[in-house]
Amino acid sequence: MSPDTIARWQFGITTVYHFLFVPLTIALSVLTAVLQSLWNKTGNDAYLRLTKFFGRLFLINFAMGVVTGIVQEFQFGMNWSEYSRFVGDIFGAPLALEALIAFFLESTFIGMWIFGWDRLSKKVHLVVIWLAAAGTFISSIFIIAANAWMQNPTGAVYNAANGRAELDSLLAVILNPVFLTQWPHTIAASFVTAGAFIAGVAAYLLIKKNKEGAKDADLEAYRKGVKLGAWVLIVAGVCTIVTGDLLGKQMVTHQPAKMAAAENIQDPQEAGQTGFQIIPGVEVFPGLVNWLYGSEKVPSIPEIRDNFTAKGYQIWDGTAFVDPDNALQTAFASELAAIKADIDPIPSVGANFWSFRLMIGIGCLAMLGGILLLAVTRGKKIPKPSALWTAVCVALPLLPLLANTFGWIFTEMGRQPYIVNGVMPTLQGLSPINVVPVASVWFSLIVYTLVYGILAVIEVGLLLKYIKMGLPDETAVSVKDEAEPLSFAY
Amino acid sequence: MTIFEAAAATHGNFVLQVVWVILVAVLWIGFFVLEGFDFGVAMLVPFLGKGDKGHDDQARRVVINTIGPHWDANEVWLLTAGGAMFAAFPGWYATLFSGLYLPLFLVLLGLIVRGVAFEYRSKREAATWRRSWDWAMAIASFIPPLVLGVGFANFIQGVPIVKVPTDFGTEIPVVAATIVAEGNPIMALLLLFTPFTIVGGLLFVSLFLAHGAFFIALKTKGAVHERSQQYGNILSIVAAVIALAFVVWANLGFFGKLDAKWAGLENYNVQIIPAILVWIVGAVAVVALALAWFMNSKKRDGWAFISTTLAIAMLTVMMFLHFVPGLGFANEINLTNVSSSEHTLTLMTIAAGCLVPVVLAYTAWAYFFVFRRRLNTTNIPALTVNTQD
Repeated sequence: MSPDTIARWQFGITTVYHFLFVPLTIALSVLTAVLQSLWNKTGNDAYLRLTKFFGRLFLINFAMGVVTGIVQEFQFGMNWSEYSRFVGDIFGAPLALEALIAFFLESTFIGMWIFGWDRLSKKVHLVVIWLAAAGTFISSIFIIAANAWMQNPTGAVYNAANGRAELDSLLAVILNPVFLTQWPHTIAASFVTAGAFIAGVAAYLLIKKNKEGAKDADLEAYRKGVKLGAWVLIVAGVCTIVTGDLLGKQMVTHQPAKMAAAENIQDPQEAGQTGFQIIPGVEVFPGLVNWLYGSEKVPSIPEIRDNFTAKGYQIWDGTAFVDPDNALQTAFASELAAIKADIDPIPSVGANFWSFRLMIGIGCLAMLGGILLLAVTRGKKIPKPSALWTAVCVALPLLPLLANTFGWIFTEMGRQPYIVNGVMPTLQGLSPINVVPVASVWFSLIVYTLVYGILAVIEVGLLLKYIKMGLPDETAVSVKDEAEPLSFAY
Repeated sequence: MTIFEAAAATHGNFVLQVVWVILVAVLWIGFFVLEGFDFGVAMLVPFLGKGDKGHDDQARRVVINTIGPHWDANEVWLLTAGGAMFAAFPGWYATLFSGLYLPLFLVLLGLIVRGVAFEYRSKREAATWRRSWDWAMAIASFIPPLVLGVGFANFIQGVPIVKVPTDFGTEIPVVAATIVAEGNPIMALLLLFTPFTIVGGLLFVSLFLAHGAFFIALKTKGAVHERSQQYGNILSIVAAVIALAFVVWANLGFFGKLDAKWAGLENYNVQIIPAILVWIVGAVAVVALALAWFMNSKKRDGWAFISTTLAIAMLTVMMFLHFVPGLGFANEINLTNVSSSEHTLTLMTIAAGCLVPVVLAYTAWAYFFVFRRRLNTTNIPALTVNTQD
């Protein structure tokens, strides 16, 4: 494998792995805060028990998100030093601010929430979990802004004297249309993930504990969990679809090659005639793709290649190729034209076509699962335990994780052959191979994969153990004497 | 050419560049002071967690719980320092992080393992599970300070840089050791070890151990409290001796001895103020460690901890005074030619000016109000986990 391939595998593995934990952290922190707010408001102990139960699962997951996140920030400098040197003036700031604004907030207040049950008043303790949740949200804003900039580098200029991109307009970076659609899409998908997690876990326990003859109060609490989770999943699912469509429209404009690969458009299309392919070559509903993307035509793969050879990188205005709408891509059009013989402007069609469809298909399947669980637990109903229900409850939390993974594979593979779309080819962003030899990257890739694999087994084991234990027997917290045990400790 | 003209000719505003070097130094001081004690605490877990009958899980839990609410936020100081280097000095971040690949990888691995260890240790009851995590957290907390100590001592020596051409027609400054090692990562790692840098590694380890012992003493009652004072007694003497050797060696051996190749900054190293300052802050650090030992022997836990805090801060200031003009490199790179644009630095300065005080305020609230109580074994709740495993 070539050095850039190994470095990309490392980035892919560490990022996808990290993002298994991130969406749960973002949305489960909010939903835990919601549960705790409901407890504060109603005084119903069912909500306290749900808060503690899902809070504990949240923390097991959060720890993994934290430790795998550290690798992400360092990896840019270690494996992608020339990318970092080139974009640092713009790309570094969101990472620094993410740490300063978001990570301090979430880590300090999550620590305070875990250990603060009997040291803070009920109200302050509630504020603390909301502040932690706010931290996770702010973090997502910065990191998605940074990623969206790689997809569509707005607000930057090329400084030839320094040989790098420099910030021109912060406002243009924030108003990047890709960011404005990608962020809500990511957040909505995070709520799908957390909703499915809560619904799946609560439904599993509802069915299991019902058979074991649990108290009515317990079953009622589980039922609340199923309802909350399933409704969050369904509503967030609809939001994911809507924002996904809006994001798709931006990609046709700013990354036409990504969408041409995702839709496998091999031949030039008539205006308004691009159909949706279920599998490669099997097209349904002529015009559906045009309608979805709000584009008269979606350019085909050969058209994009020809246009690249003739004019370098261009964007698509719905009917024709036009010059990029940002200074950085414009500045690099001629640079790219000079190396056009070495570069294919089309990303992998197979990877994009299938990751795109799997993302959508698996996401929709998760929504169906949510609807199914709502239907079978409506009123006072509780299904009899069976292999089918166990399978549904186990699969439900996993489906959004898969959909998220395919979503990122699509986003990042679709940006190829660039690391900064239309500006810097991925290969040029790599650390020089005489500085970071292939052996080093192989070594770190193997060790990360091994360590992450071991941690995955441990994490899943712990999650299962705490899920099976079910709701803790908690009632309201009392103020304690100094010498008495804490209500929580490691 | 003056410093200001040199800065303007390359990248922009010298004042902002200096502000950001200071801010990066502040973030590293925050990291060493805060994560320093939780490195130390975690290293001490297997040693302090003993009762009259040997291994004592309750005692270990007391030790771990002193840093329970804090370790994660302490680690964010490192992330912020890294982020600030990336944002304010992209060329520093790029050359350093790629050039020190394996050492940084070891630091990351340590941080991954220790974080998980704190969080997961208490989640099962089995003794082998807990003892395994205890050793994992101790070893994973030992490696990062060792590597960082060796690294910072290398910055004092000045890491040599060579310029290499890329396939894309540019020339970039890279860490010379990686080229000398000819693609052998182990060799590149070994080139970082000199007698002086090994002392640097030992300095960080001993300093954080003493700092950690005093933190435990400050935050606990009972047997753990007394044992941590005994450990602190020895550890602070060791740290003071190593610190003395390090300060004298660094200031006599390396201050102002680098080839000052960087344009406009030739005069920095012969300027009298930093030359005097490195001795003053170095002396304050050594005296503070001696004071820490004295205060601990008088059972003044708070003062002992404040003294090691001061020592760590002063040693970090000394190291930055040494390597600031070249940002730890011996040639080619300096703070004026790898910084971000004036525009970016201005925006970042505004953001940091507004937000750093807020972060400091709630961090202080966490330490001084919410978690100010001392812990004893009676505070540790019974295991809430099932006995099924």
